[in-house]
Parts: sequence; structure tokens; C-alpha cells
Amino acid sequence: MITVLHEQRRTECPDRTADGDSLWLDRQAVEQATGWNWKPEGLCHGDEVCVPLPRDAGMMRGDRLDLAAAWRRSGQPVVHDAAARVWVLGTGAAQRSAALASLQAPDFALPDLDGRLHRLSAYRGHKVFLATWASW
Amino acid sequence: MWQSLFDELKDRDFIVLAVALDEPEAARPWIEAAKPAYPCLIDRTHHVADLFNLVNVPQAVWIDEGGRIVRPPEIAGSNDGFRRVDRTTGVVPEEVLEDRQRVKAQYMDAVRDWVLRGAASANALDATQAATRLALPQAEQAEAHARFRLGVHLLQEGQSEEAATHLAEAARLHPASWAIWRRAAQKDHRGLASGPAFWARVDALRERRYYEPAQIVERTESSS
Repeated sequence: MITVLHEQRRTECPDRTADGDSLWLDRQAVEQATGWNWKPEGLCHGDEVCVPLPRDAGMMRGDRLDLAAAWRRSGQPVVHDAAARVWVLGTGAAQRSAALASLQAPDFALPDLDGRLHRLSAYRGHKVFLATWASW
Repeated sequence: MWQSLFDELKDRDFIVLAVALDEPEAARPWIEAAKPAYPCLIDRTHHVADLFNLVNVPQAVWIDEGGRIVRPPEIAGSNDGFRRVDRTTGVVPEEVLEDRQRVKAQYMDAVRDWVLRGAASANALDATQAATRLALPQAEQAEAHARFRLGVHLLQEGQSEEAATHLAEAARLHPASWAIWRRAAQKDHRGLASGPAFWARVDALRERRYYEPAQIVERTESSS
């Protein structure tokens, strides 16, 4: 199995997904792994944002997209382990910066020690003091 | 760490979200000892550090009722006094302890004032001020977070040797992140990354700060 990690998603894909530095996924798998929709216009999020994909760069094979190539093409980091079995599709600095520059705090969900998920946006209506700490 | 502040202000629609940039089992003893009344969240992959461009602990972000960032990430009440510890005896000079208390009290006071007075508080930044103080991430930092994520995953899978190479690469790409470096570093029996390698890295800062002070405005009687 190939493991694809993106944001807080973890998706398992068949072995044939990975080939060198390429990650071949069909439309359904692209959406499952990243939440992005692969449309004729490109890689799209919701109804607003579409990142166009070049048609002639060998990025598509039949019904599959080389998501790693598309990801790198959009300026976002792709890393994988030596065995190419675990892949991380990182979110790019431009995307992170745009989100922060909006001054709307990016939403997230994290578990407490009991495994219960707490989502930041559930605390709308409160003043939130978000503070980091660590045992190290 | 924020329990007294939370106890005082929780009836004012105020919440503390304490995010541990840590493995759950490393955070557990601290949480169970303190038993805070506010959510203690476990962020083993440093996802929040990636989202907000955080580099150390303790850092805090103030977020208002509408989800807007009122104060971008800053050091929350700590300073570089710890660098004056006697590395043999562990003794911290008295004036450093006093100064540390003062800095922490000043920061808590600023938070309290914001909770009580909202946007009118002297340290509540308007959108222009907040935008100016935001540190926006660069490409290498985004890649560092991806490498870190990979390294933590491989650690969980028991592949500690390869994990270490990715964590080291993450630290190389994002040298300002103490969170990445210390998480990957050797720990002592207390779980602290405070050995010779840590001190060497701190010393290499020379005049630069480990903890950049938060730009807190002291309230005066005439503030409105």
C-alpha cells in the first residue's frame, strides 16, 4: 500500500499508484487524498479556485493524473520516503501566507488525550487564546 | 500554565486552547498533573505550527469571537533569562527569576485586558497592525513541514533511522524552528531536549534572541 498524507488526511492507495517521483491517481482518488477536484479546468477547490494543469507535460495518462507532478507544478512541496511508499503532499508557502494574510485564523481539528476532536471554528463566539507548549 | 487566567475569565466567553507540539505520551504526564479545565490538544505532526507559522513554545495567537487573528503568533510571557542558568548547577540568578515573573505577569495582564475590553484593549491589534506583525512562511519552511510530517509518520511506523534523516532535513530547511529541532533532538531522562547540542545551538544565536519578546504595551491609567 501507498500512504498519501495531506493536511490532516491519510489515504491508502494501491502499490501501482507510485512510480519513481510520480503519483498516479484517478479523479476519485485525487479528491479523497486532497479534497481537490480534478476537472478539465484543472485542480479545483469548491467553486472558486482552479489551478490550471498543462496538457502536454506528460502529467496525465488516461484517467489518471500524476498528482505529485501537478503538486510540484503548483509550487507546493512533495516528499516521500526512500521506498516511495509514504508520500506527503505539503501545502505551499503561498497558500499558507494567503490564508494568514486574510487574518481569519485557519481552521483545524485536534484531539485531546481522550481522543475527542476539538475544532477551532467550534469556538466562534469566544475569544480564543491559542497557546503552544511541549514536554521538550 | 494558563489555568489561573482561565479560571478568572472563563465566564467571559474566553477559552484557552493549549496545543502540545508533542507525542501524546510525552504530553500526558504534564496534562494529568495539571488537570487544566481548558482543552489540551495533541498536535504530534505540528499541523498548527504549519498553519500559523509557529516555531517555538510557548507561542500564542489571539483570535476574536469572529475567528479573526487579533495578535499574530508571539512569545507568550517567556524571555531569554534561561540562558543565564548555571549549566553545571542548574541555578538561575534571582534577578532572572524575578524578571521572568514580571514578563509573564505583564503578558497575562495584556490577555486579561483584551478579554475584558475586547477591541478597545491597548494590545488588541487592528487589522492593519496585525497584518504588519504576521510572519509569513517561505517555500523552504513549507517543505520543512512536509519533511517533518514524513519523519513523524516514519517514527510511528518504527522506521527511526530513516525518520531521523527527514527530521534533520526539516531542521536544515527551517533553522528558525526550535519546535522541529527540539522535537527531533535527543531527550534526557526528564524528556527535555536540553543537552549539550541544545546549548550549542543556543550559543550559536549569539546576540539573536531565542525568545523574541512580544511587543506588549503597558497599560496606563489614561488608556481608553
